[in-house]
Amino acid sequence: MTAPPAGRRHFDWSWVVIGACVALTVYIAIVPLGFLLWQSFFTPQTATKAAVFTLGNYAEAYGSPETARLFWNSIQFAIGTSILAFVIGTGLAWMNERTNTPFKNLFFALSIIPLIIPGILFTVAWILLASPKIGIINLALKTWFGVEQPLFDIYSLGGMIWVDGLHYSPMAFLLMSAAFRSMDPALEESAMMSGANVFQVAWRVTLRLTWPAIFATLLILFVRAIESFEVPALLGLPVGIQVFTSSIYQAVHKYPSQVGLASAYAVILLLITTAGVYFQSRLSSRGNRYATMTGKGFRPRQIDLGPWRWVTAAIFIVYFLLIVVLPFLVLLWSSLQKFYAVPSWQALQNLTIEPYRFILTYPNITRSIWNSLLLALGSATAIMLVTSVICWIVVKTRLPGRWLLDNVASLPMVFPGLVLGLSIMIFYLNFDIGVYGTIWIMFIAYITRFMPYGLRYNTTSMLQIHKELEESAQMSGASWWTTFRRIILPLLKPGLVAGWIYVMIVSIRELSSSILLYSPGTEVVSIVIWELWENGQYVELSALGVLFILALFVMVMVAQWMGRKFGVKE
Amino acid sequence: MLRVEGLYTEYPNEKGEIVKAAQDVTFNVPEGKLFTLLGPSGCGKTTTLRSIAGLERPRLGEIAVNDRVVYSSAKKVFVTPNRRGFGMVFQSYAIWPHMNVFQNAAFPLEVGDRSHSRQQVREKVMRVLAAVQLEHLAEREATKLSGGQQQRLALARALAMEPQLLLLDEPLSNLDAKLRERMRFELKRLQRELGITTVYVTHDQSEALALSHEIAVMSEGRIQQTGTPRQIYERPINSFVADFVGSTNFIDGSILGPEEGDNRYRVRTEIGDLSVLATESFRADEKVLISVRPEDVELSEARPEAAVNVREGIVDQKVFLGEVVDFQVKLGGRVLLSRQHPSLRTPIGNPVFMQLDPEKCVALRAV
Repeated sequence: MTAPPAGRRHFDWSWVVIGACVALTVYIAIVPLGFLLWQSFFTPQTATKAAVFTLGNYAEAYGSPETARLFWNSIQFAIGTSILAFVIGTGLAWMNERTNTPFKNLFFALSIIPLIIPGILFTVAWILLASPKIGIINLALKTWFGVEQPLFDIYSLGGMIWVDGLHYSPMAFLLMSAAFRSMDPALEESAMMSGANVFQVAWRVTLRLTWPAIFATLLILFVRAIESFEVPALLGLPVGIQVFTSSIYQAVHKYPSQVGLASAYAVILLLITTAGVYFQSRLSSRGNRYATMTGKGFRPRQIDLGPWRWVTAAIFIVYFLLIVVLPFLVLLWSSLQKFYAVPSWQALQNLTIEPYRFILTYPNITRSIWNSLLLALGSATAIMLVTSVICWIVVKTRLPGRWLLDNVASLPMVFPGLVLGLSIMIFYLNFDIGVYGTIWIMFIAYITRFMPYGLRYNTTSMLQIHKELEESAQMSGASWWTTFRRIILPLLKPGLVAGWIYVMIVSIRELSSSILLYSPGTEVVSIVIWELWENGQYVELSALGVLFILALFVMVMVAQWMGRKFGVKE
Repeated sequence: MLRVEGLYTEYPNEKGEIVKAAQDVTFNVPEGKLFTLLGPSGCGKTTTLRSIAGLERPRLGEIAVNDRVVYSSAKKVFVTPNRRGFGMVFQSYAIWPHMNVFQNAAFPLEVGDRSHSRQQVREKVMRVLAAVQLEHLAEREATKLSGGQQQRLALARALAMEPQLLLLDEPLSNLDAKLRERMRFELKRLQRELGITTVYVTHDQSEALALSHEIAVMSEGRIQQTGTPRQIYERPINSFVADFVGSTNFIDGSILGPEEGDNRYRVRTEIGDLSVLATESFRADEKVLISVRPEDVELSEARPEAAVNVREGIVDQKVFLGEVVDFQVKLGGRVLLSRQHPSLRTPIGNPVFMQLDPEKCVALRAV
């Protein structure tokens, strides 16, 4: 940033814009965190008693054998989930990038599935599929093969790992595909020319070279698993398998609510995720040591699997059934019933669209859709604009402390959604500026939570804008604000549009922060789904779920179409 | 030794269109010779090399080394690259960053079909490392090597398994100019000393001329001309070869008739009638293109004794390049480029005599 010339007559707005953006970032990223820490050291404040300093929350949180179990559960769950997701995702990525498996264009769908099937619906679908009592798979096995004991019990640690692992496997697929793709194919080809067979190439070269990416992927999956909320809440809580996130939720929802205890749990969860994200970013930057200089960008030679390619195709189709087709079909089936019934000839006679009628006339539905849309549009727009300024400061200026700003803006990445919701709740309970209980508090939570994504999208495209483009605008006599508006923003457009769409979609499906912040009148769609689940209204939930998935699907398609139109590469 | 016959390779590009990368490529490389595939990017030279390596599966043709067929469309033979036993150096070197120098070079001996004792591996690796002067760096991490050292390591790795055939894919293109020149000598010395049959791919004509026993110039998937470096340079068979290998002056003309001497013709051109050489026979009135290298355009301030192909022009522009001076000489409407020793100092605007040696004026069929 070139400092404005001294003695300039009219007021320089650039500093106002920059200052406001910086202040906003620091405020939303740091303040709630501080309050969370503060709160964890105090007793609950009640009408008769002021909060006093205590270490009791930590004593309770970490002193009891209960916590040891909690910790152990969380770790088991997170490690199991990340390994399952990783193995599936890596296998698929390898099949897609390096072999001649048929139906490869279906693989593209893997990148959009996590966007169109929210965690809560995926979990509910798997309950309908594999719960011991009503699970279709269990009942089918019983009728067809006379298996008396239900074979699958989704309400178990194994079931939780299965559902969450499947849910995160597309993410592992994307990360590992990128790793395979960024590798110079000549590294593998030269091993082959040296006489190594397929197995030796995969084991001694491909795997070793992708090792940093493997480790980084495992870490990020671990972080995602340990902060995931839907699966532990829906599958773990009913049978008393508690992890950190579900314990935080329970502590808040107890009467009287134990916010201090929840904060103490949240702090340790935060420490774990922070460590995970820290090592992951260290690893990614160190991964440059292995960054492979590429030659001509020859398309990598695909391994001819011969007849085995039908086996890999079968694996892929089974996977596709498990992750998309079965969950969606089971929701669709149950949405066409009056009362939930497993598929049978008789149930088939009773198909009805009653649940859809119910949902469309559900008292909160219009408002919640409106709220969801408003929040998604608002947070996406606000995030992209603010982070474009932040990222301009970080990338283009020599301002001292700009690296700090980058880190501060990326800080919310380590917040599990539930912890973020908790800290924002605590903060605005204590500082009553009139946002608590309104839609604004959720707006703040969304902005905080998704700011790092916006920053990343903007940074990628900002790095491609050459400094001289801006300098020549200045030389032409443009002020900072004009330069930013007329040069930077238009050039950022592809990144802005892509990031805006992405933030929109993730905002619409947000649940784990909203669940602690909503109040009557400010429900969003995912909250309505949650409420229906709590009330046991499965068929109505399914109807809403089907509509929700279809709506998200349309949005993603529109987004991709727009992305192509604006030349966004992803 | 290496026999490539009627090779045809195609592949779909990113848009799914079929690229005919190599069409009807045929050549033979005798034992111990260095054969170069030369051409601009996209001419199919790398695809041809990769087809020999087995990294690309051709559609048609046959590839054999010492009568061992490694690919044949007719006999339905395709030997996978790891069973061909050819050494290859990639453009990006493809040095494995997770291994040190020794481990990189030892890899082919560890994974190959023939098993070697630890002692044998050590001996063989140290021998190839010594051959490329890297033995003192054996324990160094591969990522800590300079570009030139990486290039030599890639070569050592390719030689470690004592291959029948060595394939080099633009091995010098990632080096800086000075180093490239030195490595050129190194490579030539090594190839001649080991006597290893080599196929070399490059787009750099001076590299090709300097290293090869024989060169095939390729364009648009086809071999245009095969010959020794001297044949390629002095007797190009078409305008593509003349233009791509070295720089040249093209002069349009039409045949007047044969002249005394072998393959000599008289040609009417825009700068008057010239005596030229042809590598094929022409009839009268055929359109031709005459190629003259700048160094074959002799300039002098005094009228030369010989009367053949002498013209008088005016110095239009000159560029001093150190060891040579490039003159642009205006002759009527034409400007010809001439490369001269710096001792010629004729100022711009002065007249100068230009002599074109008929032996060096090559008539090509105009297309």
